[in-house]
This record gives sequence, structure tokens and C-alpha cells, in this order.
Amino acid sequence: MPRRDDIRTILLIGSGPIVIGQACEFDYSGTQACKALREEGYRVVLVNSNPATIMTDPETADSTYVEPMTRETLEKIIAVEKPDVLLPTIGGQTGLNLAIDLAESGVLARYGVELIGANLEAILKAEDRQQFRVAMDKLGLRVPLSGYVRTLEEARALIPKVGLPAIIRPSFTLGGTGGGVAYDEAQFDRTVEWALQQSPRSEALIEQSVLGWKEYELEVMRDTADNVVIICSIENFDPMGVHTGDSITVAPAQTLTDKEYQVMRDAAVAIIREIGVDTGGSNIQFGVDPDDGTLVVIEMNPRVSRSSALASKATGFPIAKIAAKLAVGYTLDEIRNDITKETPASFEPSIDYVVTKVPRFAFEKFPSADSELTTQMKSVGEAMAIGRTFKESLQKALRSLEIDRAGLERPDIPEGDRGLAELWERIDVPRPERMWAIAEAFRRGISAEEIHERSAIDPWFLANIEELVTLEKTLAAAPEDERSAWLRTAKQAGFSDRRLADLWATTEEGVRALRELEGVHPVFKRVDTCGAEFVAHTPDLYSTYEQECEAEPSDRRKIMILGGGPNRIGQGIEFDYCCVHAAFALSDAGFETIMVNCNPETVSTDYDTSDRLYFEPLTLEDVLEICRLEKPDGVIVQFGGQTPLKLAVPLERAGVPILGTPPDAIDRAEDRERFDELLEKLGLRRPASGVARSPEAAEAVAERIGYPVLVRPSYVLGGRAMEIVRDVESLRGYMRSAVKASPEHPVLVDRFLADATEVDVDALCDGKRVVIGGVMEHIEEAGVHSGDSACSLPPYSLSQDVIDDILDSTRKLALELGVRGLMNVQYAVKGGEVYVIEVNPRASRTVPFVSKAIGRPLAKLASLVMAGQSLEELGFTEEIWPKHFSVKEAVFPFVKFPGVDTLLGPEMRSTGEVMGIDSDFGRAYAKAQIQAGNSLPQRGTVLVSVKAEDHEGVCEPVAQLARLGFRVLATEGTAATLKAAGVEAEVVRKVKEGSPHLVDRIEAADVDLVINTVGSDSQGVKDSFSIRRATLQGGIPYFTTLAAARAAAGAIDALCQGTIGVRSLQEIHPQS
Amino acid sequence: MSGRPTPPNPALLALADGSVYRGTAFGAQTVGEGEICFNTSMTGYQEILTDPSYAGQLVAMTYTQIGNVGVNPQDDESARPYLRGFVVKEHFEVPSNWRATEGLGAFMERHAVPGIAGLDTRALVRRIRDRGFQNAVLSTDPALQEPDALVRRARDAPGLDGRDLVAEVTCDEPYAWQDATWSGVAGELPRPSRPAQTLKLVVYDYGVKRNILRLLVEQGFDVTVVPATHSVEDTLALEPDAIFLSNGPGDPAGVEGVRPIVRELAEQLPVFGICLGHQILGLSLGGSTRKLQFGHHGGNQPGQDVATGKVAICAENHGYAVEADSLRAAGEPVTITHRNLNDDTVEGLAHETRPLFSVQYHPEASPGPHDAAYFFGRFRRMVERHKAGEPVTGAQIAAAGPPTAVETA
Repeated sequence: MPRRDDIRTILLIGSGPIVIGQACEFDYSGTQACKALREEGYRVVLVNSNPATIMTDPETADSTYVEPMTRETLEKIIAVEKPDVLLPTIGGQTGLNLAIDLAESGVLARYGVELIGANLEAILKAEDRQQFRVAMDKLGLRVPLSGYVRTLEEARALIPKVGLPAIIRPSFTLGGTGGGVAYDEAQFDRTVEWALQQSPRSEALIEQSVLGWKEYELEVMRDTADNVVIICSIENFDPMGVHTGDSITVAPAQTLTDKEYQVMRDAAVAIIREIGVDTGGSNIQFGVDPDDGTLVVIEMNPRVSRSSALASKATGFPIAKIAAKLAVGYTLDEIRNDITKETPASFEPSIDYVVTKVPRFAFEKFPSADSELTTQMKSVGEAMAIGRTFKESLQKALRSLEIDRAGLERPDIPEGDRGLAELWERIDVPRPERMWAIAEAFRRGISAEEIHERSAIDPWFLANIEELVTLEKTLAAAPEDERSAWLRTAKQAGFSDRRLADLWATTEEGVRALRELEGVHPVFKRVDTCGAEFVAHTPDLYSTYEQECEAEPSDRRKIMILGGGPNRIGQGIEFDYCCVHAAFALSDAGFETIMVNCNPETVSTDYDTSDRLYFEPLTLEDVLEICRLEKPDGVIVQFGGQTPLKLAVPLERAGVPILGTPPDAIDRAEDRERFDELLEKLGLRRPASGVARSPEAAEAVAERIGYPVLVRPSYVLGGRAMEIVRDVESLRGYMRSAVKASPEHPVLVDRFLADATEVDVDALCDGKRVVIGGVMEHIEEAGVHSGDSACSLPPYSLSQDVIDDILDSTRKLALELGVRGLMNVQYAVKGGEVYVIEVNPRASRTVPFVSKAIGRPLAKLASLVMAGQSLEELGFTEEIWPKHFSVKEAVFPFVKFPGVDTLLGPEMRSTGEVMGIDSDFGRAYAKAQIQAGNSLPQRGTVLVSVKAEDHEGVCEPVAQLARLGFRVLATEGTAATLKAAGVEAEVVRKVKEGSPHLVDRIEAADVDLVINTVGSDSQGVKDSFSIRRATLQGGIPYFTTLAAARAAAGAIDALCQGTIGVRSLQEIHPQS
Repeated sequence: MSGRPTPPNPALLALADGSVYRGTAFGAQTVGEGEICFNTSMTGYQEILTDPSYAGQLVAMTYTQIGNVGVNPQDDESARPYLRGFVVKEHFEVPSNWRATEGLGAFMERHAVPGIAGLDTRALVRRIRDRGFQNAVLSTDPALQEPDALVRRARDAPGLDGRDLVAEVTCDEPYAWQDATWSGVAGELPRPSRPAQTLKLVVYDYGVKRNILRLLVEQGFDVTVVPATHSVEDTLALEPDAIFLSNGPGDPAGVEGVRPIVRELAEQLPVFGICLGHQILGLSLGGSTRKLQFGHHGGNQPGQDVATGKVAICAENHGYAVEADSLRAAGEPVTITHRNLNDDTVEGLAHETRPLFSVQYHPEASPGPHDAAYFFGRFRRMVERHKAGEPVTGAQIAAAGPPTAVETA
């Protein structure tokens, strides 16, 4: 069937901010869908609150709303845009849930909007576990024994049926949030209660455990003619029990015979038909009993998913794009395969390599969180690698993670019997580090059978690791004059130069030199969907050590862009956004663009973003080999965050031309001593500081400049290991762990400016002219990491003098450093004085936000500047001061980590961001809060418990709330101050004063808003921890800084004065 | 099996065009020669190894991890492998699968099949793709590793064209076949029950795959397998309700003594042919066949049913194709019922006046998806109607549209 002509406007809903379980993959799928639908001539209306996405770029859709993703807002947008249809399957669980809400509440019917791709019935049949089970019964397929409960009592009654351990899965949550495994009754009760709280419908499935069974996923597509194809099979390295997002996964499936695979394929085809997903992609998960092949269906996602992004990147088949075309009526055989150009999309990709995905975790940010991997997803990102063999792809994936591993290094476990128990503990319990423990077990002579017994990991995977360890031993034992003979074998098995250097007690440079001497270099093969059966026009390449190289580098003028690698806290989609913009702009300017990245979720690794894509680890070795082949005219390291930036100097030393700001300028900004010289030369102020290379030196610096001090290792992103220290004892404690965390770099000790206002500036410089992109005033005071703080553009409270001072300082810094491209400066303002906190001559996390706030694509402009154009040539010579306010707010993963405090600090912990745009600060802030999940109440009860220093300050916002009709609860001291200021407050007891106390009130749902600030002494933090945790669990909006409380009161005031409207970006920035 | 600086078991693959590939030997220590082709199936190497259609050929697997699941007794497609050599990127000898009873290398050794691993198989596949079919020699004999000698030998090796390889793989004596398909696993989709009425079927064995026989049994056929040149009289003496022409190796034009038999039987009984059987039916009716550049070998081919527009993902394994126009030129009213959407080759034919139809690809899969299994149901319908005395043609059956859910299962 050809395209539907009865449709004109299509509404797409994105997935909102990056959270655990929902990351860049939905920007990738949404962007593909937008492109595909507009290509067909449809008008696309897009809603997504996440500004750091390519899909929300004004050129991606016809009408783009960066607005709260709520039913109310969506209804307003639907009323304005009058879409004919809504495609609900490309925006992850968030988009799907919102679509369900719009359908069930009658909004879609009211405006005559049809759901395409999957109708409500099909979505519910897949998503509602009860309905899904009934559907599977009807097909005659098995699901694990289970029951559906709404109360703890109902759940307990199921224990005899399903047995323990049992799996608890809340309905309608993302990434398994709120789910878990219960081994005993106490744990069962706890997990069920948590699950019921987390489910928006207070429902959970109590399910028989198939822990230890093999886990598989199939990516299935269906069209209107009922053609069904399987795009990819995926086998999990980690058996059932670990969320697939947290599992190491491998494509294609490795340990199924064809007969067994076809049984699974038949089941998948029957399932997508029975559920009734009309068109598009679905992901179906299966469990297989390793002893007799018994098959159970675990679940189905009736939409594109993280796995479909992985499957797209793994096979070259663009699932989201094809899904969008199928949704508007095309059949698979009517769509060409873009990769071969000759053959149709109605086929199943065949791959001739192995893809390994390894999750990236951020437990270092949440030291109190339990790192055991269960059915609730905890990873924040992932790296994917391609190799011709599993061994090669696994080792490439491990070094892609950027966790300071070059391969299967030995873990820190004591030798001999002493370490044995610890070793086994690390194998028995799935944690991020299990892979290294397994390799270590082989080193210690433990057999694959034993490891399989204890871990249930398939013997095939274990055999491969054992082979790697065996080879490692042989390599380590090879005499120096025989090493060159082993090089090719080692490289074919995926050993990195750095790892070989470890084994041979030499340097990475030494191994590289040996390879040069022996002529051992990788070749590059193509990802072509068809195992080389047809000539491929694909730009996707990966390295391997074989004979034939298929890269065929061109002799065009070319620029290479280094991406950001796996998502992590502090380095995520914002940097991918910048890389993609660079690719688009440079391609338009006539350059061949070459992307290097290993993050399968991203738009940057999409097949049509750059002219060529190298799906490779972002290590010096891997990048140098690509440079050796491609000989780019320039390499951009500014856009991918810290990952490529770290490579700037070594790449330059190796003779690779670095575009834009010279690496020396990066060093001048990063090296504390040189930075001080720079500021002195320019006459700029910074907080007193010093550099310490030993614990004693740190103490001396702190004594000199005075406590509190901010301490951190140099070269950090996302505030890793950054702390505010108030006394010598804490400083000693910090130095013990931080110096260990970063052995090569000294520790920076800065005077901490308490209660200062932080300001972020993004600027563009072409070496002669500086144009400020945006000045962002942070809401939370200094001390809260800039990535975790909300901010406003333009500033909402700074004086013009201060702003002028900031603009002037920024210009001086950019010119002095010789910036060519982007620069970000962080300032602290205290008592009217401006202090420079840090300068980063690179793209910052805020670039997409600023670009959307001012309506100019900063990263695109920067990339053209780097390629040699002047700002004047680009027509960007003056600052833009928008008439509207834009507020960025951070989004946190606390709900995934029971036991973690939500108090903000200098260590960044947010995973994503949202943006609120409106005519005044209050409304913009209100929108940002709603988007971040902090639905601001317009009436009800506010609970106030603040530290003594904040008693005075909190009066004003609380008085404002009281005027709006809020009832005020406060702890004794706070209440007294409030009373003195004329605000009546009911006194509640602190927790330590005994029940009924304030946590009881929170748990009794007697509170609608919480303002809670704490002194930094550990006792105060500990005492108030239960307040914040109860608030989080109750889903109550909360503010842990005075500044945020003030902004919130203003926002509530704005909300009470009238409803908030919606405006598209195209309307806000009509010129762009 | 990681490579070593000096492989303990050297193997060498030499192509007639002079290219040579070094690797590590596994399987039998011997020399195999034949036409080299590649297969893009990611699963099912055991079925490929034991598919008699590969007689006279060396097979290179495009997927790189081979041997993972070992070999088991249920997945054999014939009594032994007929191919001449097996080429893989990486070979695993220790299997990981609950059904495995033997390692791949041991199985190949037992059946005298040489294997080579550790070479750049993708480079090899691209060469075959770009230059078309050619002959090759694989030596795992440590004493025979001289490239020039092996290249010469590859050049001298007989190709497939014009050769009768069916004679090598067909059975010696007629036999009855009763086994049904693999018993499967707990939790799989329920299977349709077998039709009660049995129909007598004679299967001409040109190198028949067992899964075809198993699926025919599932359709309620009482199956007798006969040699390729079993005479018309002897076949009719078995009083069959229908004839089935099996898959098989090599050049259809080279198969001797089969066309008159098929031509005569096709005038009296319903006939269904698969792969070589499809080609032989075409030739018997006066058509011609041509050789493809590098053929179709894999489990992901799009086979479209022209009548319904639906696309089945198919297992294919053929180097030759029937020229549809040649049949029409010969005066036979045939309809093209199936096409390969990749290159538009003819994949299915049905006769407009007689109960005959045939398919180029492999509805029996094994390995491969089951999407096209409906052919067996269609065959049964055609035979039933013919037996009931209804006038029925292959084209009518093909046009009857989509099979029922039961038939597709």
C-alpha cells in the first residue's frame, strides 16, 4: 500500500529528559521518524521537554514544542495544531504513556486524532501484564507463573504459587523502576511495597523467577500487509535476573541451533500479530531453560526501544525510520534498503561480525546505592563495539566504556585463599565488575564449569573469556624477541596496545612502535545488513585485524569529529547534540564529515548523520588508526566532552591536526598554575586557591586560604570527586580517596564562596571577535554543581553592572586564550564582585539549551568557525537578548537508588535536563519544574524545615505561599521565625523529637510541597535524610536550597495567576 | 580457537582465480575441491553441512562464530555431508547447547570434510560476490600446502556445469519415510494436528532434505522415497496420489535421465517441486535454466507471493534459476507465482491447466524461517482435490491466496 493521503499533520511525542532507562536512543528514533515523515511530505508536530535533542531542533519538525509533557499541555497543543494522527511508538515509555493518557481521557477522540502504528487496545494488551498474559495463553505460549496484585496481602497470597525467589514488576514503569527480586519474605514485603508505590496504577506483577535461564530479545517489525521480519536477535551474557539494560548483550544470538531459534522466531511473529501492533517495531524478550530449551515469553515493548536502537546500529537497518514509513501506510517491500540501495526493506539483516554492548554505570556518584544488578535498570549509558569475533568485540567494548580499563585487567582482589571468597562473591552476585572477576577466576585456575555453576553464564561466553585469559598468559610469557610474532594474534583477539603494554611491562607508545615496525594495523570493514551479499553504500565502518580493507577513503576535504562515548553523568546527550550539529554544518559547507563514536543510542551514530561513521572506541590507539587511514584535514575534539578533549594533546603530538582552539589553550585553562597566570595578566579575580600534590600540601593550602574549601582533582567533568570541605579532618579523608582516584593529576584547593550566585556563560570566538551566546544565572547557589542547578537565561536577578563585568571578562578570556570555537566560563558573584571559577575552551553541556533559548545554533556556528570562517562571515556578530525567559532544570535518578540522599552538592548526579520557556521567569521556572516531575501545587500544605542560617531568608517565599492560601507546617525554630515575620505556621516535630513527626505527615500524604535545607555538617544531613527520602517516595515536589524555594514560590504565584500557554520554537524564533 | 604465529594445523584455500587464503585446519585432514559459494545464514550450520544440495561445493559461512552449538542427531538433513569443504572465520569445538552430542570438528572429521578457520572470510565472500562462481581447493593436509599447486588444481577441478551430481546423492533403493518434524521444546507455539486422511506420495530423491520429508509427513502424506531415475512404471505401481520432486545439487541441465520420467508423471499426477525439483520440472516442460552470478544461499531472502503480495522471509540455496519466458515459449501455460524481491528472479511457478506447482526456494527451511511452510499445505489441498476428481490446477491453488493460519504454522 502506498502512503496515506488522508493525513496531513502528524503529532510525535518525545521521551522528555534523559533518565535511567530512557536516554538518547529516543532522540535518535524521534529524529529519524521526523525526517522520514517530512520526507513524505507530512507536517510534523513534535513535543519534547528535552532541549538537548536533535529532534527539538527547529529544523527537524515543522512545529516544535519544548513544553511540559502533560495531558493538559498536550491538549492545548492538539487544539492549536490539529494533528490528524498521533504516532505514539517513537518516544519511549514516556511518549507511550502520555499517548495512552490522551486516548483514555478522551482527548484524542475529542479532537479526532487517530493513533497510528499501534492502537490503544494493542498498546494496553502489550503493556498491561494481565492482558499480555491472557494473550500469551491464547497463543499457547508460556509466561512465567504470575499474579497481578494491588496490595501487599494479595501479593503474599501468591507466594505459594510462584515460589521464592520471586520477581516483582510494577506496571507501567520505565526501565523496571520499582521492580526487584525477592529471595526471602522480608525482602518480598519491602520490594512489593516499593513496587506498588512506583507503579502509576499501584499495580505489580508477582512472577515466578526464571533466574539463571538464558535471556534473548528479538526485534520485530510488521507492516500493514502483515509482513513480519526479525531485524536482530540479541543474547544476554548475563542470564535472567539482570535487567537487559544492565546486561552485557551480544548480537546475534550465539547459543541457539537453527531449530531453537526458529521456535523463538515463530513465537515472536505470532505475538506481534496477536497483540495487534499494526506497524512498526517491537521488542520481545524470551527466557530459555538452558537444560531443555523450554521457552517462556518475558515481555514485549510495542514501540521502538533501547534495544531497537542497538539493533539498528548493530545491523545497519534503520528501525525507527522504517517504522515511521510503515505507520503511514507503506509496506516493507515498498521501501528500499538505504544500505544496499538495490534490495527492499523486506528482508532480515544478516551480519558477519559480533556486536557487544556493555552498560556503563555511575555508582561512584551514589556511594550508598546498592550496586547489585537486578530487574530494575541502574546503568546510565552503554558502549557498543563491533568485532569479527566475540572476543574482539568484547575487548573493544570494554575499552570503549572509559572506566580506565584497556581490557580485562586484573581486579584488586587479594591473592590466594584470602581473596578466593571475595572473588566468588563478585561472581555469584551480578555487579558491574563481574566480567573482570570471571577473567580473574580463570587466571587462578578455576574451571569454566565451576563458574557456570555459580553464575549461570552460558559456557560459550565463558569459554571465550577463558581463551582470552589463556592467550593473555601466553603473551605475558613470550620473550621480548618473540613479541612481534604474537602481535597479530593478540590484536585479532581484541587486545589493546595499552593492555599489551601492561602485559609486556612497556608503554602504549612502545607497543604502537612495534606494530608500526611490523606493519600490524587494522583494516576497516563495513556494516552492510547483508553479510557482503550485496554491494553496500553504507558509511558505517569498524576496525578489525584481517587482510582486506574496505574503507576506500576519499580525497575530499574532510573533517573528523570525535564523539562523546557512552553516556554518563556529566557527559551525555548535550555533547552528542554538538557533534551532530558539527557534522550537519560542515557537511553543508562542503566538507566530508567523519564521525567516531561508540555509543549506540545516539544520533551521531546514525547512518545518515555523517558521510562516514567509524563505530570505534574513543581511545588514542583507535582514533590514531582511523587518522592513519583517513588523513583528515582537521579533527574536532571540542564537542564530545571530556572524552575527546583528553585526546587532544596526544593526538596533536602524533601529528594529527586539531581544529579550533589549540590544545595548548586547553592546557592553559586546565593547568591551575598557568590559569592563575592568565587571570593575573587579564586582571580577573578568582577565589583564593592552591594546587596540592600531596595530602600535606593540601592542608597547607587550606590553612592559607581558609575553610570552607572546594577540593577536586584536575581534569574533571561532571564534578567527579568534587567536594566542599569545612575542616582539616574532612580534608584528610578526602585526600585519601581522591588522590587514589586520580594518581596522575594534582588536587585543586579553592576557597569556597558560600551563598554566591553562579553564572554560566557560553561564548563563541573566532580569534578576533567574541560573541556571547548566553548568560545563565543559576538558581541554586554556588556549591551545587552547575549541571545539577537550574538556571535562567537571561539572568533574572543580576544587575547590569555585574552582567557587563561578566561579558567583558568573557571576551578577554576568549581572546587571550585564542579560542576558535566555543568557550564556557563559570563565574561566582558575591557582594557585587565577579569571580572566575573555571574556563572550558570547548562546547559545554548548556550549548543546546542556549541555542534553543536564543534561536541560534551555536555548535553549528562554532564548527564553521573552526573550519576557518569568521563570525562576521557567518553573520553572528551581536549578542541576542531574548524577550522571553528560558529556564533549564536538572532531572535526577534518585528514585532508582533507594538509600541515596537527594541533597544537591558539588558532585553532579543529574542524568538529564528539561527546559521551560515563557514570557517571565516565574512561568518559565514553573514549566521547567513541571517537566522535571516537580508538579507545583497551587494550593495545599507546605512543610518548611530549614537550617538556622536560612530561617530569615525562608520567610519571604513562605509568606508568599501563605498569601496564596497555603497552610504552613514548620519545625519549631523555623516556625518561630516565621511567626515573627507574620506568617502563621503549625509546629511539627522533628524526627528526633519522636512521633508524630514531620516524616509521618509526609507519609500520610498531608503535605504538598517541602522546603528543606540542611547545614553541611554530617549530623544535620543524617537527621534530615528521612525527610527527603519520604518526600521522594511520595512524589512530593521538594526544594533543598533557599534559592530554589524562592523561585518555586514565584512560580506558584505565576501559576495561580492564570493558566500557562504553549508556544512552538518556530513561533518564538520566527527568523531561524 | 585463537590463531597462533605458526598454526599447528595449517590449511590453505586456493581459488581458481589465483587468490589464496591461509588459515587453521579443523575437521578432516584431506583435500576438498569444488565450486565455492557462501551462505549468509547466522544459524543452522549443521543443516547446511548435511544438505545434499551442496554436493560438489565448498561452503563459506558469512557469520563468523561457527561450532558454538555443536552437532546433534535431530538436525541432520541427510545421512552425511556431501559438501567438499567448510570455510569459517572462527571455529568452536566445545559445544554449548543442551542438544549437542558432538563437536563440529569431530563430526566433520568423521565424515571426511575438511575445514578452514581464521581467514578473512568477508574478503573471500566479496570476491565470490564480485567475480561470480569459481572453483576452489581446500587442503588441510600439512603436506599439501603449496599455493601454486593448489591453484592449478582448482583450475583443473570440474565445475558444476553440466555435471550430474544427483547420481552421487540419490538413494539406491526406494524406502518409506515416517519421521515427523523435530519434537521441539516446551513452551513453543502449539502445532496443528496432522490431517487424518493419508495420501500416498512418491518423493523423487535428487538429494532430498529430511525436513521436506518430515513436513510432508506432517501434512498426512504416506511417503515413499525413490531414486532419481526410478521408472514411471515402478512409481505408478506404488499407486501414488501425487509426486514430489526434491531439492538437490548442481546444474539441473546436467541431471541425466530424469526429464522423461517427470514429463510423463506430470501428465497424470499432481506434482510439487522444490529447488532442483522446481528446475527439473521446468526443464521437463520444455523450459531452460541459467546460472546466477553467485546464487542465493541464506535464510533471509524476500520471497513474494505474487497473488497476495505478502513477503515470506525464505531460506534459499540455489545457483541456477528457471527462465520463465522459456516455458511460455515452449507453449506451456505457466504463471509466475513467486519472485525474489532482491533481484526479481523467478522463485515459483504454477501451471495454468494442470495440478503442478513448484518453488525455487526452501519452504522446508532448516535452516531458516518457517514463513513459506504454507507450500506444503497448498500441496495437500491440491492433491486432495485432484484425488476427489475435481479439476484443479497449480495456478488455481496459488491464486487461492493466503494460507490459513494452520497451514502457516
